Amino acid sequence: MTGPEAAGGPDPADPVARLGAADAAGGWRPVLGAGAVLRRCDVRQAELLIVPERIVVLNDEAAAIIRLCDGGRTVAEIVAEFPPEGAADVRGFLDDVRARGWLR
Amino acid sequence: MLAELTHGCPLRCPYCANPTRLVTRSGELDTGEWRRVLGEAAALGVLHAHLSGGEPLLRGDLAEIVAGASGIYCQLVTSGVGLTRERLAELADAGLRSVQLSVQGSSAAASDVIAGRRSFAAKERAARLVVAAGLPLGVNIVLHRHNLDAVDELIELALAWGANRVELANVQFQGWALVNRRALMPTRDQVAAARAKVAAWRGRTEVELVWVAPDYVDGTPKPCMGGWGAISLTVAPDGRVLPCPAAYDLPLDLPNVRDHPLEWIWADSPAFNAYRGTAWMREPCSGCPRRHEDFGGCRCQAYALTGDPRRTDPACALSPDHHLVTEAVEDGGGAFTYRTFSRPRPVL
Ligand SMILES: C[S@@+](CC[C@H](N)C(=O)[O-])C[C@H]1O[C@@H](n2cnc3c(N)ncnc32)[C@H](O)[C@@H]1O
Ligand code: SF4
Ligand code: SF4
Repeated sequence: MTGPEAAGGPDPADPVARLGAADAAGGWRPVLGAGAVLRRCDVRQAELLIVPERIVVLNDEAAAIIRLCDGGRTVAEIVAEFPPEGAADVRGFLDDVRARGWLR
Repeated sequence: MLAELTHGCPLRCPYCANPTRLVTRSGELDTGEWRRVLGEAAALGVLHAHLSGGEPLLRGDLAEIVAGASGIYCQLVTSGVGLTRERLAELADAGLRSVQLSVQGSSAAASDVIAGRRSFAAKERAARLVVAAGLPLGVNIVLHRHNLDAVDELIELALAWGANRVELANVQFQGWALVNRRALMPTRDQVAAARAKVAAWRGRTEVELVWVAPDYVDGTPKPCMGGWGAISLTVAPDGRVLPCPAAYDLPLDLPNVRDHPLEWIWADSPAFNAYRGTAWMREPCSGCPRRHEDFGGCRCQAYALTGDPRRTDPACALSPDHHLVTEAVEDGGGAFTYRTFSRPRPVL
């Protein structure tokens, strides 16, 4: 029954709340979150996103999207790098990864 | 991979899962040996390393070890004692990716009694430094009879310190924690109340809250390391390699990185093959549908409680030895034996 209001409203330490504010102020320029590392593993022949206590195996497209998240490009610029019919998927993917705290 | 860089530690936690026979400082691998081991681990495909102990900050060469980690994602697992701004900057420059900080209680007085030394203020300062450095902060809390009732306050504290992840680990009865089993044993009511409080927090925070279940109370064995020799290895301060950090006392001939390449240890050593897969199992595990998920529970616990490492983990409600665990749950209470390098001495 206890909602976020009862806990004192948006917590400044809450990454999602903080990101929401930054997003409203201007276009989001995604960049890897604190502690997130993108690397290739030759033993597994795979692109990996590594964060504390978790390793995520990325498919080629996911890795290509994350590689463009350099803090310089806006979401629109990243989306423009992929075929137009996949635009919604790319946006959805970026939002999903941000919600997990691996992009900011 | 878990690298126990040293067993030295300024704190004396009675719940410490380190072995009762601690490795002395003079027996530790040197800088070059640790860098070689990390290189061999990277070549094997190891991706994560937890630099732990004991207290890893006691190693003056910690930054050199991190710098030699060959691309492995390094996390420092620390009590926080000894972390300064300069030390953290040096570690971050060397490539440290994240810090996990333990706290023993929700107030200075409560935390320091469990830690066996005044240390709460150092932890608070360490948390501030990690957040200021922009590194992800995990706060690790071991839960037991003396702090389960304060789980709300402990979570509040971790969030106030800026944690990105909070691990609430019900004490696992290994090493010193087994020595202190009576003193640490929670009541069933304490566990049920804490579990409900944690569930309520999940609606209130985005921060990841990890609940490591109490196997004794739940009657559910913990999955052995994701399988014996399947996804993880531990290197002891003196170079012995263990399939599990609790395996020091098992009747195994533990291989050492001073004698063998890590690749042979992982693939071919008798210790890493002893309980691999499911062929070694006996009834009731061998015919149980859960054997591929929990691997028959903890080998170290089976050995510690029954003297036979192939038996079903007594934490499992299906084990013929389960009474050993239920009797222990009903028998909590008593004083701490603090962790020490010397044999525990009676106090006058
Ligand atoms: C042995 S400590 C060494 C690192 C450092 N001295 C510290 O305490 O954070 C490694 C981790 O294991 C946790 N731990 C220690 N004993 C445990 C036990 N009996 N059950 C579960 N976790 C335990 C600690 O809280 C810490 O996060
Ligand atoms: S759990 Fe406590 S005694 Fe054990 S290594 Fe960590 S701080 Fe030291
Ligand atoms: S009988 Fe063995 S495999 Fe089955 S649940 Fe218990 S420990 Fe796991």
